[in-house]
Amino acid sequence: MEILELAWIFEWLNENLLVPIVGDGEFGILVRNLILACSVFGLLSLIALCLVWWERKVSAHIQQRFGPMMTGWHGILQTVADAVKLIQKEDIVPALADRKVFFWAPVICFVCAFAAYIVIPFGDGLIVSDLNVGILYIIAITTFTIISLMMAGWGSNNKYALLGGMRSAAQAVSYEVPMALSILGVVMVTGSMSMQEIVKAQSAWYGFHWNIFFQPLGFVIYVIAATAEANRTPFDLPEAEQELVAGFNIEYSGMKFAMFFLAEFVNMFTVSAIATTVFLGGWNGPWLPSWFWFLIKTLGMVFLFMVFRWTYPRLRVDQLMEFAWKVLLPLAFLNILWVGLYEEVFSKW
Amino acid sequence: MPADYSAVLVFIIAGTGIVVFTFLLSWFVQPRNPYKVKTETYECGEPIFEQSWTQFNNRFYIFGLIFVIFDVEAVFLFPWAVAFKSLGLFALVEMVIFITILLVGLVYAWKKGALKWV
Repeated sequence: MEILELAWIFEWLNENLLVPIVGDGEFGILVRNLILACSVFGLLSLIALCLVWWERKVSAHIQQRFGPMMTGWHGILQTVADAVKLIQKEDIVPALADRKVFFWAPVICFVCAFAAYIVIPFGDGLIVSDLNVGILYIIAITTFTIISLMMAGWGSNNKYALLGGMRSAAQAVSYEVPMALSILGVVMVTGSMSMQEIVKAQSAWYGFHWNIFFQPLGFVIYVIAATAEANRTPFDLPEAEQELVAGFNIEYSGMKFAMFFLAEFVNMFTVSAIATTVFLGGWNGPWLPSWFWFLIKTLGMVFLFMVFRWTYPRLRVDQLMEFAWKVLLPLAFLNILWVGLYEEVFSKW
Repeated sequence: MPADYSAVLVFIIAGTGIVVFTFLLSWFVQPRNPYKVKTETYECGEPIFEQSWTQFNNRFYIFGLIFVIFDVEAVFLFPWAVAFKSLGLFALVEMVIFITILLVGLVYAWKKGALKWV
């Protein structure tokens, strides 16, 4: 069973290939991080390709269709074909657009989603760099996505795009607060913000000492806020197809559009991975290798988000904003109070 | 350990590089044929009548302000949460008082109608 853990392969490669060539000084660390960045990018592209296909299949089956069937087994190569097509598409920049802002918006959008993967624990020892501010770092860096959506809306110089960008900023900042506060309860019981520490703190009960059993309210708040943060239905007002005709990415085409699309699916995987790590015990679990447990739980969360998208209608914009401040925020404080009382009073009796 | 955070910088630079590289790759294989109608701003087929860089609803600004208050509060709460177990009941009571003061602010904004989206 130990052999199936992937961490030893990376350690072996690091010791036998990397250290003899580049050494383990500053330059060695730089090269190591660069290689890790490229492999994480490859992994994320693969995940996004699979998720796009999966989403189309899930939506099709919910609506009693088949979805893509022609390219490969059950259309599994459909997204590869889409990616090849998008590379060949003409990159149209509107004449009135602010060209610099228009160019950098998709770059920033993707880089912020990508940089969060430094602290995602894929398995026991499978983490790029276990920063001691882990969870706070993720919350901080994924918030930058809002800036890129605002840039896309403003830079396009299009009324629909600007409205979509403004809406997404208002929505994301509103749901940011309950999201951070719902994670706070877990930080309180763990006493650390490092992602690996949070996972290890849930390893009792044969790997089933999950935080969700002690803070179900926190988990529910997190899932709702994360759906809004990832701009998924029922909170997809920024890109509401029927009224804003795709919102902030209306003027984008070709690879720039592909980057927004990629970042959207990467963000969905990120919020699922955080939910897994923080509330569902991360890579803890019996018998199977740790990365496999992580993948099962995370894909389960992704599936939940997909089912949300295809079964709930969209909210109205005033309902959306008032729900964040008048319902979720007081509930998040209630959750903190509950965790505090549980830790300090009930568990000591 | 300062080496910890070098990964952040490397990821940001490498991520930017990879994205710009894919744009460059796409630049070499794509057709380029812009003309006036194609580069017009999309407005459901109508000719645009003014720029979209205009004034917008100040609701966005008010929500931004409320967000700053509560997000700074969340940042205050994180160090407290890390040290929570060693501080004990006293810290919990103190934090409840701190949160109550902020909640009074939220209730005030609520009663004033600042949380109402028109």
